[in-house]
Amino acid sequence: MNPQWSRRHVLDTDDWSRAEIETVLDQSRAMVEVLSRPIRRAPALRGRTVILFFAEASTRTRVSFELAAKALSADVTNITATGSSLEKGESLYDTARTLEALGGDVLVMRHASSGAPYFVARRTSAAVINAGDGTHAHPSQGLLDAFTLREALGDLEGKRIAIVGDILHSRVARSDIHTLVPLGARITLSGPPTLVPAAWRCGQPPSGVTYEPDVDRALDGADAAIVLRLQRERQQAGLLPSLREYSRVWGIDVGRMGRMRAGAPVMHPGPMNEGVEIDAAVAHGSRSLIEKQVTNGVAVRMALLYLLAAGSAALLEDRA
Amino acid sequence: MRRALARIGHEIVERDRDLSRLAIVGIRARGDALAARLCETIRANEGVEIPLGAIDITLYRDDLTRVGYAPVVRESAIPFSVDDRVLVLVDDVLFTGRTIRAAMDALVDYGRPRAIRLAVLVDRGHRELPIRADFVGKNVPTAIDDDVRVHLVEVDGRDEVELVKAEVPV
Repeated sequence: MNPQWSRRHVLDTDDWSRAEIETVLDQSRAMVEVLSRPIRRAPALRGRTVILFFAEASTRTRVSFELAAKALSADVTNITATGSSLEKGESLYDTARTLEALGGDVLVMRHASSGAPYFVARRTSAAVINAGDGTHAHPSQGLLDAFTLREALGDLEGKRIAIVGDILHSRVARSDIHTLVPLGARITLSGPPTLVPAAWRCGQPPSGVTYEPDVDRALDGADAAIVLRLQRERQQAGLLPSLREYSRVWGIDVGRMGRMRAGAPVMHPGPMNEGVEIDAAVAHGSRSLIEKQVTNGVAVRMALLYLLAAGSAALLEDRA
Repeated sequence: MRRALARIGHEIVERDRDLSRLAIVGIRARGDALAARLCETIRANEGVEIPLGAIDITLYRDDLTRVGYAPVVRESAIPFSVDDRVLVLVDDVLFTGRTIRAAMDALVDYGRPRAIRLAVLVDRGHRELPIRADFVGKNVPTAIDDDVRVHLVEVDGRDEVELVKAEVPV
């Protein structure tokens, strides 16, 4: 049995213990092996239904969850914002009730509003996985980044990770912090002051995190860098002078990579704006783990689906 | 236990003279340790290095909807192609046969072995599936509620097979 795991939903990792994070990462290792087999499919979730409810654009996360569910033999149903009743003005409450009536075992959801998965989780018996809610959290991305870093660097205790770019709008940055800090990593955030939460800039960053306004100093001696996407769709006017200026001041190119520890890897949650926050030569260079992140993402999501949907929730409640 | 494993080692070699096609796969968490010992035995006797693998069957269990928590999945490791190999599956105790069914399902996801054989340290009876072992260390008659516990140095710090009798209700 899995003594470290008793969660019904994965909404955010901000209240997870180190043991819970490590349970997911350890299970992910086993899933990587499953994905390396000639037949990349195990029957663990046969007969279970996973509903993918993406009310906001996504390719890699949705496909990643879909491949993960299929690799565990679950049935997968997709609901997207366009082409569904959401376009007809159905409320989130009614959508949640409908999904509940359809009888999915796991509901993977992405929504433009922070907190939407919490709202749905209280109104459904399905296990809910937050696949990104507004600017709040993206727990499976945080976990896959932690997994990828741990594979590349070993134990993360005392390792220094630079997270560079648009912190303000980034649910990835928040989830990375909440996953990497409990594993012992120290985080240096760097980005334009207009794109970093004021409270983090002015003396109250979360524990284990520091803010460094000079990106070159943030990278000096770092063990790895996570470059964030400049979220053009979330930019209000006036936060940035121009893309060109952003690229010149904050963009990660080969020269800046040289400031990190020798061989230190670079990651990016995708999709990339090549030539803006990251130079193509870095994104596709030998120190890039960006494709590895995509592959590992499937394994980490398999682990989450397995932990939530294998075993019987009814039995769990009996025991409680 | 040492003698039983030595005998099984000899039987495996006699059954399949062509050792070049043989591979041994242990079922986690104790079959893999036994499999490693069998490999060692065969290497000592025949001077041949038999490929060794380990398989975890958790994702293939037929009772995943009946257990409370998701059981821990350990990593499988089959560092060779199973195609056209004779695989000897190794486990500590053969009981209902459900673990072996799951292990066979897992193995065929790696390819198409020429044959799968089964070696167990203890066969305690009470099969629920049509499965039998090719190589048995010891047959132990048990009641269905008894508990057979195999302890191995690699896992438990000592070699011992323990039969725990079910408590008879008064």
